[in-house]
Amino acid sequence: MNEMKLKELEDFALRVRKHIIPMASQGGCFLGASLSAVDLLTYLYVNHMQIDQSKLKDPNRDYLFLSKGHDVPALYGIFVELGWITKDRLSNHLSTSDHVYWHPNRNIPGVEFHSGSLGQLPSVSIGVAMDIKLRGGENRVYCVMGDGELNEGSCWEAFLVANAYKLNNLTFIIDRNQFQANMATEDLIPLESLVEKFEAFGLHTQRIDGHDFNQLASAFNRVDSISPNVIICDTVRGKGLPSIEARADRWFCNFSEKEIQELMEELVSGQVANLTAEKLVVR
Amino acid sequence: MMTYEKLLEKTALEDDRFVVMTAENRALVRNLPQSLGGRFIDTGITEQTMIGAAAGLALRGRKPVVHALSAFLTMRAFEFTRTSVGIAHLPVKYSSFIPGVLSDGNGPTHQALEDVSIMRGIPGMEVFAPADEEDLVEMLPYIWATENPSYVRINTKPSIITHKPYEFGKAEVIFEGADFTILTYGFMLENCIKAHQLLSDLGHKVGLVNLRNLKPFDGDLIQSILPKTGRFITVEDHFLTGGLFSILAEFLVKNNLHIPVSAIAFEEKWFSPGTLQDVIENEGLSPQKLVERIEKFIHNAY
Repeated sequence: MNEMKLKELEDFALRVRKHIIPMASQGGCFLGASLSAVDLLTYLYVNHMQIDQSKLKDPNRDYLFLSKGHDVPALYGIFVELGWITKDRLSNHLSTSDHVYWHPNRNIPGVEFHSGSLGQLPSVSIGVAMDIKLRGGENRVYCVMGDGELNEGSCWEAFLVANAYKLNNLTFIIDRNQFQANMATEDLIPLESLVEKFEAFGLHTQRIDGHDFNQLASAFNRVDSISPNVIICDTVRGKGLPSIEARADRWFCNFSEKEIQELMEELVSGQVANLTAEKLVVR
Repeated sequence: MMTYEKLLEKTALEDDRFVVMTAENRALVRNLPQSLGGRFIDTGITEQTMIGAAAGLALRGRKPVVHALSAFLTMRAFEFTRTSVGIAHLPVKYSSFIPGVLSDGNGPTHQALEDVSIMRGIPGMEVFAPADEEDLVEMLPYIWATENPSYVRINTKPSIITHKPYEFGKAEVIFEGADFTILTYGFMLENCIKAHQLLSDLGHKVGLVNLRNLKPFDGDLIQSILPKTGRFITVEDHFLTGGLFSILAEFLVKNNLHIPVSAIAFEEKWFSPGTLQDVIENEGLSPQKLVERIEKFIHNAY
């Protein structure tokens, strides 16, 4: 990837993070989980998927299903930057007069399907991938999942079926930020070795740094043409804000206006914010 | 004679929106892989993945007709039905195999006695219960024509009567009767017809209605019969909670209508498994036993 393209993606992702952070106040949002997914979602929407505003209902578009629905602020930040929704809608977060809430829904242009209940969208993605194959389409399906989500048995059932039907047009993307709601994944329900698990299920498996656009580019360009694919993206929960990075107690965040200002500053300067907000660990 | 499988094949061959899916329950669709090719999808023993995938196919414009044993189709996959099919209101058409007493010797793991209750609780989900295969093939074209999700208690036993043409959402009046009216659906219709004969021989004036639909519920028919009959008796192979008895009670209360109602259903219990005939006898659902239970209602006035 040339320097200019890399800079474009980095700048885009920074602007998305600036949209996300203010949503972590006045009711709050799942900030840590949103920030870990920003870079991989940025890469897909800006540099990879065949989709744009004129194609949101085009049956030949690429589909992205956000199965890990609680990171939807990242998706909405991207949609704002792409011009699919206006920025002022983000300030309607948690207002019943709009549809911007903690999980995605199809009232927002660009959202392919609602989610929030973990382990639901791998199978929905399978149905869409099956139909594309039935119709001889060339478009691709991406299903973004959390690592904690992999606790759900329905994910593994879906992997079996994806393999059985050789859905080579389907790619599962794991946002491997090492945390589930309240705990490090390896301290609760250990997931490793993930690569071996996916390979044993018949999926073509790659593992990369999910914040490195060069690695994202090479992984998405190297997907297998026979088997369904999985790309495990090693990420950092809260990426971009050192004061909340990789912490079990900063998953759902609800900060004061002053703290949000400090976090916005931290995002660009690296100056660590002074956070006093209650640590919300259960949601 | 048109069968379920032939009707489904014909429908799918005429309209490529139809996709036939099964969670490895092929009893009703054994011959369809050959004729439908890629539009026959067997996901293996994965009710959840089948329903999620059906939602995905419907999102792309298909009408999946999904097959599995009733207990697993409704309960194992329930959240996928409620969340992926229900919230999005997608036209996934459920064909539910061996509901109610039809699970005969399988035991309580396979007894779907709450399927009507839980499926009708999903906003927008339609629920149907044909009395036999003739009723089934009469109703299905209307059920499959809608853009709504629907649940059908499949019942392929031979008919002992000639059914009236189906009108969507409307019940079938088999007999009218001033003393009391039996309301039933699905498998229990046949024994209710036989019980009706025995009760008539005993001098009772007995009405009998084949509900056909549980949701939408034919309230207009209930309103029209109510002044002309003395009591409703609901008969169903379902738990008392949430089935026809509950639906009728909800309707009567909502509309401030007053009439005595008695119920024959499974009350806080699963049934003892056995051959279908044994189960029916043992659970008091044979024509003779129905007559005895109904006469008790009338004499004891409860």
